[in-house]
Amino acid sequence: MSRISDKFAQLKSQGQRALMPFISAGDPNMETSYRLLFELERQGADIVELGIPFSDPIADGPTIQRASQRSLQNGTTVDDVLALVRRVRQTSQLPLVLMTYYNLVYHYGEEQFVKAALSAGADGLIVPDLPPEEAGNLLKASDSQGLDIIFLLAPTSTPDRIELVSKSSRGFIYYVSLTGITGARGELAQGIKQQVQAIRAQTDKPIAVGFGIANAEQAAQVAAWADGVIVGSALINIIENYLDDKQMLVKKAGEFICSLKQGIRS
Amino acid sequence: MNLPDKKGHFGLFGGKYVPETLMPALAELEANYLKFKADEQFKAELAYYLKHYTGRPTPLYYAERLSEHLAGARIYLKREDLCHTGAHKINNTLGQVLLAKRMGKRRVIAETGAGQHGVATATAAAMFGLECEVFMGQEDIERQELNVFRMRLLGAEVTPVTSGSNTLKDAINEALRDWVTNVEHTHYVIGSVVGPHPYPMMVRDFQAVIGQEARQQIMEAEQRLPDYLVACVGGGSNSMGLFYPFVESPQVKIIGVEAAGLGLDSGKHAASISAGAVGVLHGSMSYLLQQADGQITPAHSVSAGLDYPGVGPEHSYLNDTKRARYFSVTDEQALSAFNLLAQLEGIIPALESAHALAYLEQLVPKTTKDEIIILCLSGRGDKDVQQVSQIMEDEA
Repeated sequence: MSRISDKFAQLKSQGQRALMPFISAGDPNMETSYRLLFELERQGADIVELGIPFSDPIADGPTIQRASQRSLQNGTTVDDVLALVRRVRQTSQLPLVLMTYYNLVYHYGEEQFVKAALSAGADGLIVPDLPPEEAGNLLKASDSQGLDIIFLLAPTSTPDRIELVSKSSRGFIYYVSLTGITGARGELAQGIKQQVQAIRAQTDKPIAVGFGIANAEQAAQVAAWADGVIVGSALINIIENYLDDKQMLVKKAGEFICSLKQGIRS
Repeated sequence: MNLPDKKGHFGLFGGKYVPETLMPALAELEANYLKFKADEQFKAELAYYLKHYTGRPTPLYYAERLSEHLAGARIYLKREDLCHTGAHKINNTLGQVLLAKRMGKRRVIAETGAGQHGVATATAAAMFGLECEVFMGQEDIERQELNVFRMRLLGAEVTPVTSGSNTLKDAINEALRDWVTNVEHTHYVIGSVVGPHPYPMMVRDFQAVIGQEARQQIMEAEQRLPDYLVACVGGGSNSMGLFYPFVESPQVKIIGVEAAGLGLDSGKHAASISAGAVGVLHGSMSYLLQQADGQITPAHSVSAGLDYPGVGPEHSYLNDTKRARYFSVTDEQALSAFNLLAQLEGIIPALESAHALAYLEQLVPKTTKDEIIILCLSGRGDKDVQQVSQIMEDEA
């Protein structure tokens, strides 16, 4: 069992859902990311998704694109992000899922990437531009070493794809709630409940829902259907408002996570 | 040749590296493409438009004075510059827009760098009555004002892209993001042999008309196949269109010419095969311009149509299997060839095509008068005269 599976199992036994915020590592700098991770954990984050910035993030909307750019301007590399993970892991058991695009993993070398990520203390990896069909080498490396590779499903996914992704995904299944890119939306997409049920019919693995979830009310709604709620752009919108005051940035981000947690618990 | 394989791979290259949302759309596109490719009515309709609307077949012109000047092989120019809209791009957009219409899509989107593919997509969309939106980097919008106006005149919406480096690669990112969002009623008309499967295969097939005609025309003119094919390579659609029908004729040597910009050592170029490394961008694995850790680096070329940090996966395959060879020429060499063709043949080539022409200076001296070269003159230079006049003024 991985830290991710343990966390989902523990929450399930308590009748709770996982709150999973996303931040882009190094936005606006590594020290702030380090402090943010602890604050997010303290305010109720169960698992954190940590983005390794890529120059051409095709699955991301403007908010996360800007976060990636801010981090890249500081010269953030894969090894910098793994160093952050290593530092957090010294004192925290917070499950950490890396998220990045395939070219960075390919260049690092899939086996080396998995090894380095595990050795730093990361628990999972999401690669949004890598469907199971192209993931043979990465799955081979992760299966032998134990990193959870998380695949995604979308509203457009057909039954045979739901079967393939459910079978391939480790740790949990990431359901993309809308046909589109990341970004906070005014309203939840239609049909999330039905799609989550369709996935559940194929698998016992936990299902987390992300893309477009912007506030406590929406988080609460999604928590009624899924095992986890992922919030990225809405959190980064807050971070973006306090780039000049890192202390306030951490505080306000924490308050937002706290409000989401309350929404999910209610 | 039976490539790509069923999963869209050309050996190591190609594939489908896209978000899950698009995977069903790519499967739908592939199924429809394969169905219509075998459909006599679809083929007849496309052939009709290629003939009566685009003006095909384009001539294969023996460039006598250029051949004399370079004093070697006989040089034939495949005149894609005479196609409607001024370049080979229309061969592909007619095919894809016709396919989109058959698939019941009401809207098409496209990316464009110089604006040629955007204009060709807007043209086909206007003719077939579909909505059209073209994504174009803010920087390209500023340097290609005239093409922006042409697209708007044709009824297309031109959307500026202000992310990343504000150029073609970012326009593709934005088009992919739009497609992820509107996939149900929208078809993405990719302009080159790049992107996820089935695009590299489908665009190649629509452009293969260039090579099919050239093959027949050279048999009529010379009663034999050529010794060399030469074409410029950015994403690589005009070159793949010319090369593909000759790949299985081993006596024909195949040469792709990339843009070396200010020189391969300057770091400011667009020569993905000559100076890049293997990686994944825009849905497929191929040679790319990138840093050692995999962050994509912006390309540079005087020719906006070659200003792209990647190349079609089949070109990468032809390179690694040594079936084709890839060289590069600088901005300066291309500009000199641009002038040379205008003065010797009365043809103003596109700056993209001028790269292929510039390579002749290196190739032809090694050939004899008995040898034959076919060069793809992929587009006309009307769009470039203002830019070239500016460059000449700056240098004077």
